[in-house]
Amino acid sequence: MKTFSIGGVHPEENKLSAQSPIRQASLPKQAVFSMFQHIGAPAKPVVKKGDVVKVGTLLGEAGGFVSAPIYSSVSGKVSKVDVALDASDTRRMAVYVDVDGDEWEESIDRSETLVTLAERPELDSKTIIDKIKQAGIVGMGGATFPCHVKLCPPPGQKAECVIINAVECEPYLTADHRLMLERPEQILVGVTLLMKAVGVDKGYIGIENNKPDAIALMTEKASKYPNIQVVPLKVQYPQGGEKQLIDAVIGRQVPAPPAIPINVGAVVQNVGTAYAVYEAVMKNKPLIDRVITVTGKSVKTPSNLLARLGTPFSQLIDECGGLPQDTGKVIGGGPMMGKALISLDIPMTKGSSGLLIMNDKEAKRAEADPCIRCAKCVGACPMGLEPYLLAQVSSQHQWEKAETEDIVSCIECGSCSFTCPSHRPLLDMIRLGKTTVMGIIRSRSQK
Amino acid sequence: MNKLTVSLSPHVHSGDSVQKNMYGVCIALLPAMVCSLYFFGLGAAVVLLTSIASCVLFEWAITKYILGRDKVTIIDGSAILTGILLGFNLPSNLPIWIVIIGALVAIGVGKMTFGGLGQNPFNPALVGRVFLLISFPAQMTTWPVSGTVGYLDAETGATPLSLISSGQIDKLPDHIDLLLGGIGGSLGEVSALALLAGLAYMLWRKIITWHIPVSILGSVTIFTGILHLADHTQYVSPELQLLSGGLILGACYMATDYVTSPMTPKGQIIYGTAIGILTVIIRNWGSYPEGMSFAILIMNAFTPLINNYCKPKRFGEKPRKEAAK
Repeated sequence: MKTFSIGGVHPEENKLSAQSPIRQASLPKQAVFSMFQHIGAPAKPVVKKGDVVKVGTLLGEAGGFVSAPIYSSVSGKVSKVDVALDASDTRRMAVYVDVDGDEWEESIDRSETLVTLAERPELDSKTIIDKIKQAGIVGMGGATFPCHVKLCPPPGQKAECVIINAVECEPYLTADHRLMLERPEQILVGVTLLMKAVGVDKGYIGIENNKPDAIALMTEKASKYPNIQVVPLKVQYPQGGEKQLIDAVIGRQVPAPPAIPINVGAVVQNVGTAYAVYEAVMKNKPLIDRVITVTGKSVKTPSNLLARLGTPFSQLIDECGGLPQDTGKVIGGGPMMGKALISLDIPMTKGSSGLLIMNDKEAKRAEADPCIRCAKCVGACPMGLEPYLLAQVSSQHQWEKAETEDIVSCIECGSCSFTCPSHRPLLDMIRLGKTTVMGIIRSRSQK
Repeated sequence: MNKLTVSLSPHVHSGDSVQKNMYGVCIALLPAMVCSLYFFGLGAAVVLLTSIASCVLFEWAITKYILGRDKVTIIDGSAILTGILLGFNLPSNLPIWIVIIGALVAIGVGKMTFGGLGQNPFNPALVGRVFLLISFPAQMTTWPVSGTVGYLDAETGATPLSLISSGQIDKLPDHIDLLLGGIGGSLGEVSALALLAGLAYMLWRKIITWHIPVSILGSVTIFTGILHLADHTQYVSPELQLLSGGLILGACYMATDYVTSPMTPKGQIIYGTAIGILTVIIRNWGSYPEGMSFAILIMNAFTPLINNYCKPKRFGEKPRKEAAK
């Protein structure tokens, strides 16, 4: 069975919510929409206090090409436009909406009927990309890179295939898994739209073999689409990393930065993104909700919720049995790459794939021992780097050495810290070095 | 509600620890330990226990009274492991006081002078052993024959390697004895089979990778094989070389020491191959019958250099070179 070629680890899977069907979360009393739910320029608010909005009303327009608009996911009245704490633990400009009823913009098709590409022959590449751009779709796996940017290859580059990331290699998370089981046909139409948008006739869906039911169902449904192939993959973290996935599925390795996937002819999109693309293009529905896994060993009912963006995390936790007594840490995302939250009032955003609640014991880091030079981090690194060395030179502020040792290739997957027998915070130190070196490179190129 | 802990990802850990690895190696050494007790009796027990106890004691005392650190490091298992490995490299009739001096040099000079766990450039147990070999050559090279039960009054005899070295090839024990342990030698050298069982355990537990043991055993086999083919009256067969002396002990347990061996697979293969070649050179043309300890210590010195030049294959390296064309 296929997988990527270098390194990798296998954390305990803990997919507690895999059997729990997607459930509609209730509406919040107040929804908060951060203008910074994506990588790139923040959106600019276009509403002011007192404005009445519906589900699907534009709240913020894109702040540039690498940016995405923000739509209201609720109906009600704008109570203020002010800063709010967001999932990156930073205060950013946001629009607050006091919820009143659930009135939708009439342009949105709320029916369940499936619309396929064959029924809409007028859709060409440009129309599809425009629709995606207008709908504010970003990478739903958590990276939140604006979707339309990836669909517009830079001059001289040609896409050869679309790879759908349905790996969900993060432990605990099951949102993509459930989406595949419950909306397989919509996802497949979304894939055909993405293929049409970049003008390719080959699509792959990479799924790890710890989801045999999803592999079986998607393979069955994909038989109607001869150009789409479901690729079962051996379970290995971080297979959901873009570069690792391309390596696993088509056996090509994206060169070191600044090279990007399109350099090897691949366009990678998350399975949740494919679903959002379907809704945006075929149903005229902007990105206003998503599936989020709320889970943890002490959570009463680990669930997959279809929740409106802007809903505070505390409410989602309440819907799954409330915050456990022994809570020590709450993570936005999965345990390997997610971010520990500083408050539960933070609202969910386009990139919120999971909410993981850890108990006191799990939340504590063990004390670090000296490096015993066992080389397990070198064996685990999926980028072929030497984490022990990068951490050492970073902590000594040897930035030049860090650069020659390719620190900017680090994808921050955390396999090194995960595997270290001495519990050394390798990735913490490498992040410091990587950020500094990237700053040095930027200022050098500006000169 | 409790306060929320905030820390950077990853938020989970494999559960691996220094202790698990160190005690893992100790477990791997158990079969060989049982064999040494069976073949050398009381002497083996005395030497091993003295070595382990004094290594642990010296580490504790130096950490506490000389370095002035409060953290107790002896529970991490590395001092126990050094004690076992030092004991395995000594003859079973060695007087207790010499064993204690060996432990002091191994832990005190070999490890703690550099700052303790993870900092030492040379394998501590080998530093201790080589110090004793040079300081007490007579006591360190009289080997009790296997099957003795006494300690200081044990019957002594020649080891396979000293027979080879002195040209008495016809007196060598047969292969079965070499494999199972019916030969003279230091404690841990007697049973190749027990040592290989431990190696299998370490590979299964993923404590070490195959690169170092395989490259050492492979290079010794090839090198001695060529010599044996060229002149079989002067050079013994590869399997005799492999099964005698501390070769398997060194290849599986001493050369694979985390701290003093290279960090990348490529580096480990270079390191292992060089150890194999050096061992054969010393055994055949050096003044000592056994060269494993010296070969490992010499290559320990090259480890930083090897780390500097042997980089792992970076992800996407090939296309990057193609792109440069």
